[in-house]
Amino acid sequence: MEFLKHQIEKIKPHFEKGGKWEKHYYSFEALETFLFAPATTNGIKGSQIRDAIDLKRLMMTVIIAMVPCLLFGIWNVGHQHFLATGQAAAGFGDKIWVGIVQVMPIVIVSYGVGLGIEFVFATFRRHPVNEGFLVTGMLIPLVMPPDIPLWQVAIATAFAVIIGKEAFGGTGMNVMNVALTARAFLYFAYPTDISGSVWTYLGDAKAVAGYSGATPLSIAADAATTGTNVVGSLNSFGAGWNEGVFSFSNMFMGIMPGCIGETSTLMCLIGAFILIATGAGSWKIIVSVFGGAYAMGLLLNLIGGNAFVEMPAHYHLVIGGLAFGAVFMATDPVTASQTETGKWIYGILIGVFTVMIRVYNPAYPEGIMLAILLMNVFAPLIDYFVVSANKKRRLQRATV
Amino acid sequence: MGKFIRLKKGFTINLAGKAAAKVVETDQPETFVIKPTDFFGTYMPKPVVKEGDTVKAGTPLFHDKKHEQVLYTAPVSGEIVEIKRGEKRKLLEIKILADKKVEHASFNKYSVSEIANLPVAELKNQMLSSGVWPNLIQRPFGIVADPGVTPKAIHISAFDTHPLAPDYAVLYKGQDQFFQVGVDILKRLTSGAVHVNTHSTSEISTVFSQVKGAEVNKFSGPHPAGCVGVQIHHLDPINKGQVVWTISPAGVIQIGKLFLNGVYDASKLVAVAGSEVKNPQYYKTYTGASVKKFLEGNLTQDHVRVISGNPLTGTAIGKDGHIGFFDQQISVLPEGDYAEFIGWITPGERKLSFHRAIGLFSFLSPGKERVVDTNTHGEPRAFVQTGIFEQVTPMDVLPTYLLKSILAEDIDEMEALGIYEVIEEDLALCEFVDVSKHKVQEILREGIELIQHS
Repeated sequence: MEFLKHQIEKIKPHFEKGGKWEKHYYSFEALETFLFAPATTNGIKGSQIRDAIDLKRLMMTVIIAMVPCLLFGIWNVGHQHFLATGQAAAGFGDKIWVGIVQVMPIVIVSYGVGLGIEFVFATFRRHPVNEGFLVTGMLIPLVMPPDIPLWQVAIATAFAVIIGKEAFGGTGMNVMNVALTARAFLYFAYPTDISGSVWTYLGDAKAVAGYSGATPLSIAADAATTGTNVVGSLNSFGAGWNEGVFSFSNMFMGIMPGCIGETSTLMCLIGAFILIATGAGSWKIIVSVFGGAYAMGLLLNLIGGNAFVEMPAHYHLVIGGLAFGAVFMATDPVTASQTETGKWIYGILIGVFTVMIRVYNPAYPEGIMLAILLMNVFAPLIDYFVVSANKKRRLQRATV
Repeated sequence: MGKFIRLKKGFTINLAGKAAAKVVETDQPETFVIKPTDFFGTYMPKPVVKEGDTVKAGTPLFHDKKHEQVLYTAPVSGEIVEIKRGEKRKLLEIKILADKKVEHASFNKYSVSEIANLPVAELKNQMLSSGVWPNLIQRPFGIVADPGVTPKAIHISAFDTHPLAPDYAVLYKGQDQFFQVGVDILKRLTSGAVHVNTHSTSEISTVFSQVKGAEVNKFSGPHPAGCVGVQIHHLDPINKGQVVWTISPAGVIQIGKLFLNGVYDASKLVAVAGSEVKNPQYYKTYTGASVKKFLEGNLTQDHVRVISGNPLTGTAIGKDGHIGFFDQQISVLPEGDYAEFIGWITPGERKLSFHRAIGLFSFLSPGKERVVDTNTHGEPRAFVQTGIFEQVTPMDVLPTYLLKSILAEDIDEMEALGIYEVIEEDLALCEFVDVSKHKVQEILREGIELIQHS
């Protein structure tokens, strides 16, 4: 360690003001502080002591909360691959291997492209490399279909980081969730590549007879037009090759095709537990998104209309990416509502809009992504009203 | 009847090395310093003594050009040995080489019944000329009170919840009579009440519990429950255009002594505390004392930071520095200028944190006394995490929005968001818990100065 420290100290002057690599100071700073928490002390005046937390640790906490989703996702990609290709007897190790081979390149591309852009911007815009991308870089692969071409991952990541974040001034200033911006970009730029059978990695193998790449959301949407019972259609799906894949308990566990990390409600709940226990994510947002979606589901059940509307409300919580979005996307502190009262409103509206978009908008089956992006845009407005209420209380007090 | 207010939000920082309830009388330090920079709101301090002059305790040293009647006087008798100036000849320090025995300048002496009949103008005159006046702090802005104003109330916080804070039961033991007279005088200066705000759980010294003529309120809860700004917010908040004054019990007692004994008595007890102090205890000395005598041979190691005041709001003064005018404690902490290998993730039970993020376990043992150094534990970043400042601010104030309005220099917004209600100490915990390591107190003072001069 001493040797490493010594080497860093030796090259440091080159990066400081007047050094030959002065331009690259923030890139150097990012690596230096990654290796060694800095030796800086607090100022002469003001707080002489500081909390042991920093942004890196906070971001690591969020990443650790995502690990269950990632690990489960890796296994599930392999598992679904073998089911869809008729090799249901494949071993655990084989499934993990297929999953790793398919998932890790996506993770590497996401981090490589994203961090590369971060460093370039840090150099030219002269701001520190923010740790926010450590989380974004992991979120992006988890919301990608396993069969996505890597070049699309790269383009989507680049778009999200440049247009979604750096254009606004970097982490802390962005309006919309960066990972969801990447996902939305793919959704609208390559619609044909992100629907159909991308949800399962098939590789070179041939799919089993009767295989279908339908998702619970598309089944529910179809049921609405054909008028069949949604729960019945879900339960009977996969007969012959993956019986019961869309049963409620299976969907809760997440053993079904879908994006790499967002199929399992259970793993998302474990992540939610970690976020809430460590205080890294707002429990108010998580609870209110689930609550809002469930309440809207119940309301729609009462209104009735078609088969999708009448789908039991609790199904909304396990299909699609609602759980993942509620736990990891909606809680992004930068793009969420920043006032405590605002967080309730923000979360509930995400839940409500998710279900509304799902049920009433046949063109975009996945509601959570659009609902969160929409509420990202409206979060400052919610905060505006909460802050105005605070100001008004102060003003009223003065005039009484 | 006083009120009972329960506060829940906040965080008590429990540091090792609290002062034992033992008062030591040693040889007095040789030098004493009065720093005009301790007094916010002084516009242009102008010395009225020259190097080489001899002064008595209570002899004027300087005054502010804007409020010439407010005199800042010598705490002890002796010779002026240095008048230190900084950039643009800004007055920084006036240093006194103290006599062995303190001689006092004499002021008028009264009995309790005479005081009750003195006209307010005469009360003010004696306070202004003797040097006790600057103990009165005006809110908003936290500046030395303007004698031309009648405040709507005067608040006295009778407990301190800061880390390593001195125990007021020790500090003010036996001062009942002076405190009472001080309160009687303060009552004459305000159109409203004098509030004495005590802590509900600790045993309250009779100095505060037996006081007559004041509202004795009770507060419970973690730090910053002891900050007078938080107390005012819950008792009788400051609105635009209103002025309240605050004063420490030490200041009240000085006022009492001035009128009963006819002297400016700047003697005070100072807690010398912190994990690096061998014998943390109280010392009897005077305002502005050099801390050297109290620390010599009393430190466990050499690489320390000596703070006048508490570790949240104090000022680093160095091992031969002088204690600030308002401070009643010296905190000595280990200096934190070390790099820690992957320190941003290494777990540690010893790392003190308000948060519970991965690897930070201090929340599991909240009662444990901790050694905390002066390391920043991270680098400055943009605002990211939300909702944390609110958890340590037991007021209906939105600190993040207030700070952002200051950074944007938006004066209307600052005003609407409640800048009149806070000074540095009220939001000091935000600076401590901040993930992005902002200098919250510095930003706040910039905002206050901006609005004050607008």
